[in-house]
Amino acid sequence: MATQSSRAAARLMVAPSVIVLFIWMIVPLAMTIWFSFRIYRLLSPDRTGWAGFRNYAWFFNSPDFWLAISNTLLLVGGVLVITIVLGVLIALLIDQPVWGQGPLRILVISPFFVMPPVAASIWENLFLHPQNGLFAAAAIGVGAQPILFMESYPMASVILIVSWEWLPFATLILLTALQSLSSEQLEAAEMDGASAVNRFRYIVLPHLIRAITVVVLIQTIFLLGIFGEIFTTTQGGPGSASTTLPYMIYKQAVIAKDIGRAAAGGIIAVILANIVAYFLMRSMGKHLDA
Amino acid sequence: MGKITLKSVRKSFGEVDVIPGIDLSIEDGEFVVFVGPSGCGKSTLLRLIAGLEDASGGSIAIDGVEATDLPPAKRRLAMVFQSYALYPHMSVRKNIAFPLKMAGMSAEDQAKKVDNAARILNLTSYLDRRPGQLSGGQRQRVAIGRAIVREPAAFLFDEPLSNLDAALRVSMRQEISELHQTLKTTMIYVTHDQVEAMTMADKIVVLNAGRIEQVGSPMELYRSPANTFVAGFIGSPKMNLIDGAEAAKHGAQTIGIRPEHIDIHDSGPWQGMVVLSEHLGSDTFLKVNATGLGTLTVRASGEVALRHGDTIRFAPQPGKMMRFGSDGKALA
Repeated sequence: MATQSSRAAARLMVAPSVIVLFIWMIVPLAMTIWFSFRIYRLLSPDRTGWAGFRNYAWFFNSPDFWLAISNTLLLVGGVLVITIVLGVLIALLIDQPVWGQGPLRILVISPFFVMPPVAASIWENLFLHPQNGLFAAAAIGVGAQPILFMESYPMASVILIVSWEWLPFATLILLTALQSLSSEQLEAAEMDGASAVNRFRYIVLPHLIRAITVVVLIQTIFLLGIFGEIFTTTQGGPGSASTTLPYMIYKQAVIAKDIGRAAAGGIIAVILANIVAYFLMRSMGKHLDA
Repeated sequence: MGKITLKSVRKSFGEVDVIPGIDLSIEDGEFVVFVGPSGCGKSTLLRLIAGLEDASGGSIAIDGVEATDLPPAKRRLAMVFQSYALYPHMSVRKNIAFPLKMAGMSAEDQAKKVDNAARILNLTSYLDRRPGQLSGGQRQRVAIGRAIVREPAAFLFDEPLSNLDAALRVSMRQEISELHQTLKTTMIYVTHDQVEAMTMADKIVVLNAGRIEQVGSPMELYRSPANTFVAGFIGSPKMNLIDGAEAAKHGAQTIGIRPEHIDIHDSGPWQGMVVLSEHLGSDTFLKVNATGLGTLTVRASGEVALRHGDTIRFAPQPGKMMRFGSDGKALA
């Protein structure tokens, strides 16, 4: 198969899709880089020309910038920890033979089908709302003061909502990994005198590590760009308390209508994503090898 | 010490009685083989002894101590699984040390025991590899190593050689037998291969449909099978079982004669046509379509120049014929 001519033919055949994908990627990136060095304000279209690094400088000098970066990382980290810990526990639970296993599993998966703004609205208005929310009713029921989630704990509320959305994904991947563990290994460990906790720690967890790596990598990609949930609930507030990098870019592009600054923010986001990806692959990439 | 006593042990899965009730006594240091066709309950019986399945009734005692309700870890038994069940993310060293680590033994003692086991099993140069980097026979030895470091009261083997190729199976069979000679620990070995049973066992337990058909030494089972099932199961190739008029002549429902107990000579009472001859060099196995008897297997020593279509006359060796009654049981 792999003769000289067939390899050349293969390259030729693959070339069109590679070229299309490359253009698909490089044109938006190049345009964003281009705009990030331009003065490009929709409210004053007559002012044009090169901005140099001023668009970038504005971000780094903005009082919200480092808060937004840390909020972004907090959101990613928080959701990852919650979804993986709870995901492993739920996967262990629904892996047990119980009556109604099929419907139960579909129920567990279903939050993933709810659109992000809808999920956020449901959580904000039906659960977290200080007057109408379920949690408020529960708090009043036990004679406590309802918690003002969106005002007092905006980042925690956003993390809670996003975790709820992504928990099914983690559970699903971890459940399938759990089902591929041979029961003889667990029985061997049982015969070897390992308690349930030790069986989990020495047999189940090492078996799950590759699936956990996959969940971390995939979720990180999506979580770095979380926007809809913040837009629907806290609007980045109160003040800038729950502003993340994507939300900050949105504010520059749509509210301030400064395309140049928004483009600079976009490039910063790309660099941040690459830094995160580099450290993730360095720390976890080895688990992806067979 | 490893004396294991089963008293009317039962196991049912829902409505299905897999094991309706078994009494068995296994002496200390014995090599016992459970043999039977697939689905006869031999693996279930082993798992009951191991504690991986709960008995539905009866009692299991290990060294006189009631063990029916003990968890597997407390029974001081070690098991070698069919799939070996090695821990893929641990090195060979850690695999073998795992039971010791779980028992809370110090790292120094663990290393000493692992090195010792590795030496016995010729694994010393593989200790830092992962199971995935080993051949089938080496994995098998790691599984045995993990079992012997615990110094268990008895070893349980669940069809350990069925994943190996034929040549390796023969050599592992010898290794396990030698290991038994060295350790002198009770071993219970499950297999569907009667050759493994015959070559390794001190005592064979023949199981069929969850019942013990016969217990005895390999030669006892060979010489005097208790019924037609054991007669047909033990011995290779299978014993010829003949029903009908010929059996009635000997006052039995069925008569049995082993292929190696039939001689070919021209004045023999039986006659038939050769339909197949398998030349192994040392022996020749002939499938003979015998008049009035059905198809029989006949063993001839050495090279015999008979082929398909040849007609031969043959006779059973005197005193080697077995007679079975209408209930399948051997007649005296």
